[in-house]
Amino acid sequence: MKTILKNCLWLLIALSGAAAVGGIALHRGESINSLWFIAAALCVYALAYRFYSAWIAARVLMLDASRATPAVRLDNGRDFVPTNKWIVFGHHFAAIAGPGPLVGPTLAAQFGYLPGTLWILFGAVLGGAVQDMVTLFLSTRRNGRSLGQMAREELGAIGGTAALVGTFAIMIILIAVLGLVVVNAMKHSPWATSTVAATIPIAMIVGLYMRHFRAGKVLEASALGVILLLLSVAGGGWVDHNATLRVWFDHEGLTLAWWIIAYGFAAAILPVWLLLAPRDYLSTFMKLGTVIVLAIAILMLQPEVKMPALTQFIDGTGPIFGGKLFPFVFITIACGAISGFHALIASGTTPKLLENERDIRMIGYGAMLLESFVAIMAMIAATVLDPGVFFAINSPAGIVGKEAADAVATISGWGFPVTVAQMDTLAREMGEATLFARTGGAPSLAVGMASIFGSAFGQGLLALWYHFAIMFEAIFILTTLDAGTRVGRFMLQDMLGNIWPKLGETSWYPSVLFTSALVVAGWGYFLYIGVIDPNGGVNILWPLFGISNQMLAAIALSVATGIFVKSGRLKFAWVTALPLTWLVIITSTAAWQKIMSDDVRVGFFAAANDMAAKLASGALPPEKAAVAPQLIFNQQLDAWLTLFFVVILWVVILDMLRVCWRYLAGKPVRPSTEHPHEPAPLNAQWVRD
Amino acid sequence: MLNKLKAFWRVVRRLSGDDAYERYLRHHAEQHVDEPPLTREAFFKQWQDGKWKGVKRCC
Repeated sequence: MKTILKNCLWLLIALSGAAAVGGIALHRGESINSLWFIAAALCVYALAYRFYSAWIAARVLMLDASRATPAVRLDNGRDFVPTNKWIVFGHHFAAIAGPGPLVGPTLAAQFGYLPGTLWILFGAVLGGAVQDMVTLFLSTRRNGRSLGQMAREELGAIGGTAALVGTFAIMIILIAVLGLVVVNAMKHSPWATSTVAATIPIAMIVGLYMRHFRAGKVLEASALGVILLLLSVAGGGWVDHNATLRVWFDHEGLTLAWWIIAYGFAAAILPVWLLLAPRDYLSTFMKLGTVIVLAIAILMLQPEVKMPALTQFIDGTGPIFGGKLFPFVFITIACGAISGFHALIASGTTPKLLENERDIRMIGYGAMLLESFVAIMAMIAATVLDPGVFFAINSPAGIVGKEAADAVATISGWGFPVTVAQMDTLAREMGEATLFARTGGAPSLAVGMASIFGSAFGQGLLALWYHFAIMFEAIFILTTLDAGTRVGRFMLQDMLGNIWPKLGETSWYPSVLFTSALVVAGWGYFLYIGVIDPNGGVNILWPLFGISNQMLAAIALSVATGIFVKSGRLKFAWVTALPLTWLVIITSTAAWQKIMSDDVRVGFFAAANDMAAKLASGALPPEKAAVAPQLIFNQQLDAWLTLFFVVILWVVILDMLRVCWRYLAGKPVRPSTEHPHEPAPLNAQWVRD
Repeated sequence: MLNKLKAFWRVVRRLSGDDAYERYLRHHAEQHVDEPPLTREAFFKQWQDGKWKGVKRCC
């Protein structure tokens, strides 16, 4: 009887899920309620978790609850600590969910709500969550080895090196694009700039508090920090209205970019406890708090999504970034659907905390579903705006025109009506001078969030909500920037240590300064170019980031597929080989188009040649001609970088295929590094199960 | 209800690392009885420095 009831329940969930997905796919009206999105997402996640992840856990990975995990075997009270699964889930989710799932869906909304939503849902359940879960499993069985180590030990030196170099490259691009998002949010906005600037001393106060004043009192210090952050949002409004103070914080993009670069260098060489660690606490609390409040607000308000299901920009003429629906929607939304970066967290940190192997399903698969849900909420927040407003905020001045009148004329001409008066009113409500051409996704997401929060919790505070949302995005973007620069430095020191061992010493100050400067110069260069580019820079950097992130995911899936085949699980290898194939198709196609396309908005070489020809014929206005040589060089560099990513990808794939072929042909392959079975100590909990 | 709130508070403390020193003392009392434990300050320094050695945050 109970089974029949259960089956009926799952049948009901399946039917509602199908209805909701069908609803959002086939709906062609003026607007569609956001509850359809929530319902579709929850049903898809529930079904995938209940059936697909359970099947993977039982049949493919054969999770063994009686096997002692590294945390149990190597418990040292520090990095190896057996931890309750909900606590590990919290740590893992806080580590994987960054600003990526908020920015990607916002940009991809230029194709309409449908393509992005479907990719977030199905990419996550068939690709991203599988990648996270399998990587977590493989690393747990190997005492918490990192992805690079696993690639080297299981596939060979080539795969290992490719994984290491790829990780370093993706870090540089990621930091540059995130820095650009923050710069675009702060450009000529004294309120946003002063609030973001205030987060630095606030983090230091919190750091000093929990290091010296009340050592280890993390929660007290964080509560103090959160209160100060909220005050800084209100204080920013005061700065904005103060005629003398506001000029201090009213800057061009380029000035802000230099400040961000200087900040990144300082953060990388300052002690961790002073800036990075306290900032991380604050951003984690802010992130979790805001995501929960946003979910509640969407459920309370059930806003209407006004963006059409598909826009005409699926043909590749979109203003936010160039390129057709296929493959660029899959490149633009990496985090939230499938993100290679997660493989770095799922190997290394999280496996050292697992109390029991069967928790892998909930932590690996479950946490990714939650991140995917965050991406769905970002998609809702972007698409509840009037499409005209959405495009006015996100289209760079180089595409729609510098003057407000030109921009609204162009955008209205696309069939998304918007007026200058409407944009001015909106900017005034949000406490900003203008909202035209505020590219990067953060401002439009903040407007979307502010309008949702404002309708749910009080319309009068729109400007506060807007700047709260900007502060919330900026604080964890800056955390990623700090942490990423530091990780990049460690990697670089590791690589350079092979050439000159002294450089590899992480505590030798000259080496710290030198390698930090190199890493900051790396991302600082791309940030600088992005800021001086009249087309906004995001349209170049974000696809590059997407390609590199998907490449890393492909490396993780290759390692997993290779290990499955080697361990005699060929018939289940499709579980990772399927998403891998899809990633290889989309990254290779996107890279091919970015390099070879004749369309100047897609192809890097085409854009470089086009600009060189215009420069030579004197067709460029003087301010554009001044930066043209740098932009031309950058487009060529980006083309080579894309080529480099795709070569790394194929090297790893071919290496994996070589290992599989050798195994299947009966030739010797590297032995598995899986730790042999050791029984878990019996405890009361097991006996009960 | 009170028990539930207490349990929730324990989860929050555990997640944030607020109770890290107490956990360390317990671990120390079980496994390394022969040597004196670190002071709160010294432990927290070591804990925080160790926490930031690898990739800890994603995009």
